[in-house]
Amino acid sequence: MTRLATEALIIDIPGRASGSPLNLAIEPGQVWGVLGPNGVGKTTLLHTLAGLREPRSGQLLLDDTPLHDIRRKTVSQQMGLVFQDRQDGFPATVLETALIGRHPWLSPWQMESGEDLAIAEKALEALDVIHLKDRLVNTLSGGERQRVAIATLMTQSPEIWLLDEPTNHLDLQHQTAVMKLLRQQAAEGKAIFMCLHDLNLAARWCDQILLLYPDGQACWGPARDMLVTSALESLFGQRLLSAELDGFPVFVPG
Amino acid sequence: MPISSPYKPLFVLLLAGFMAALLSVSIGSTAIGFEDTLRVITGSGTELQQTLILELRLPRTLSAFATGGLLAVAGALMQVLLRNPLADPYVLGLSGGAAVGALLAMLAGAAGFLVSGSAFAGAMLATLLVFGLAHGSGSWTPSRLLLTGVVVAAGWGAIITLILSMTPASRLPGMLYWLMGDLSNAATPWPGLTILLLVCLMVFPLGRALNVLARGSLQAAALGVSVRPLEWSIYLMASLLTASAVTMAGSVGFVGLVVPHMLRLALGNDQRLILPACALAGGTLLVLADTLARVMVAPEQLPVGVITALIGVPTFLYLLYRSR
Repeated sequence: MTRLATEALIIDIPGRASGSPLNLAIEPGQVWGVLGPNGVGKTTLLHTLAGLREPRSGQLLLDDTPLHDIRRKTVSQQMGLVFQDRQDGFPATVLETALIGRHPWLSPWQMESGEDLAIAEKALEALDVIHLKDRLVNTLSGGERQRVAIATLMTQSPEIWLLDEPTNHLDLQHQTAVMKLLRQQAAEGKAIFMCLHDLNLAARWCDQILLLYPDGQACWGPARDMLVTSALESLFGQRLLSAELDGFPVFVPG
Repeated sequence: MPISSPYKPLFVLLLAGFMAALLSVSIGSTAIGFEDTLRVITGSGTELQQTLILELRLPRTLSAFATGGLLAVAGALMQVLLRNPLADPYVLGLSGGAAVGALLAMLAGAAGFLVSGSAFAGAMLATLLVFGLAHGSGSWTPSRLLLTGVVVAAGWGAIITLILSMTPASRLPGMLYWLMGDLSNAATPWPGLTILLLVCLMVFPLGRALNVLARGSLQAAALGVSVRPLEWSIYLMASLLTASAVTMAGSVGFVGLVVPHMLRLALGNDQRLILPACALAGGTLLVLADTLARVMVAPEQLPVGVITALIGVPTFLYLLYRSR
């Protein structure tokens, strides 16, 4: 059980005013959704939280210890990230790709054991890509690659899962399957924090919402309080119609 | 794949290297049969055979092996560093810097050790120049490093042409042989072999981190790799390997590009396997190429770089053509 907190965090987006500092507490069991228009800094925020990018000011605390004071390897046992785009310079199979998730858990001299292999195969199964395990990743479709990337994170099995648009390229049933998987991981004590561009996915599956505005302002809180039509209309500059279906709000462009 | 007898290919390559070395020391102006060669290696045989094999041919064979191994490992490392399977040890202008160093020494009338030392200095200067320039005022990315290297290499090329055009005709053949790669002046194989062995040992614990780095620097950082120190060490190691190879044999082309590429096609992309395999296969290839270079137009010798290029160019084009 690990908790990630930000103290007066301002992400560094060149040429933009600092806006409002973020004081987030990402707790085990929570599913966070980050919403905001393109270019607002969702990806930058995720990279900053993962410690891959320096913030303009403020700091990050992993279980009350500043992220800076923790070894990179230890951090990567606690926190993992699914990137929005991936580069594959060299061909690799799906299974090999998932297995790199074990890297933080192995010493330099260790080879991957049968146990590591089992963890990777279980993750591939959970993401419904186990039948592709010997295929080269660069021959897969966008949605299949996306699921392999999530399976790699699952193989890494950190306490905090950061995901950049995890439903990109996914068809409807796999969107649902991935969201269900993330909710189930949260129920088992992981903390989930993801950027989304689909309001309705956020409304259906997230319990905490962070809204990022183009001028650097931000507000966050329980999904019920955040997903208000007027706030979302000003966020995206788009008139919205909303209704409630089965207890969840639904938004369509007006 | 790391699991299920990963080292079998290495044993096969080791055996191939040994056979190639045996072939290489038994062929030449005086052919010595396999049986006699084995007898010499185990300590008997006639005095003439001993001198011929142990003092004349074996050092050259070992130099060829070391040069090939160094270049192939350097190429494989550069490919991971630049995340580009088509990079080679010379792509960042290393051979250009070494060539300018060597040619300047030759122009000044030096020979032997001075030429080698000057080549080594040139290669290291080229390394620092490219690294400093690519680093610039910000961070360096693989594409920026590559571009800087290619442009600097073009600069070295111009200087080489300038030197050649100012050189008296009597000294030109030696220079041209150096530029094409030639093992007849290799002094001793031991520094090269030692460096090759050391780097192979060092690279093994780094192997998995290199695998992760091949997926991109952000992904590697997210998996706990200290990307910048790792990239620095790969760059320095690859430069040192290349500089040692160039110092021994001049600029031998295509080994560093073709060998890692072929091995990746055959063995996959686990650097823990590919790097030692490169050392063995690169060495073997150059031993064979050098044997050909010695005997094809005997008693004249061809520069070994001509042979590797003649083999390398069609092989590489074929592989490229076949891979979509």
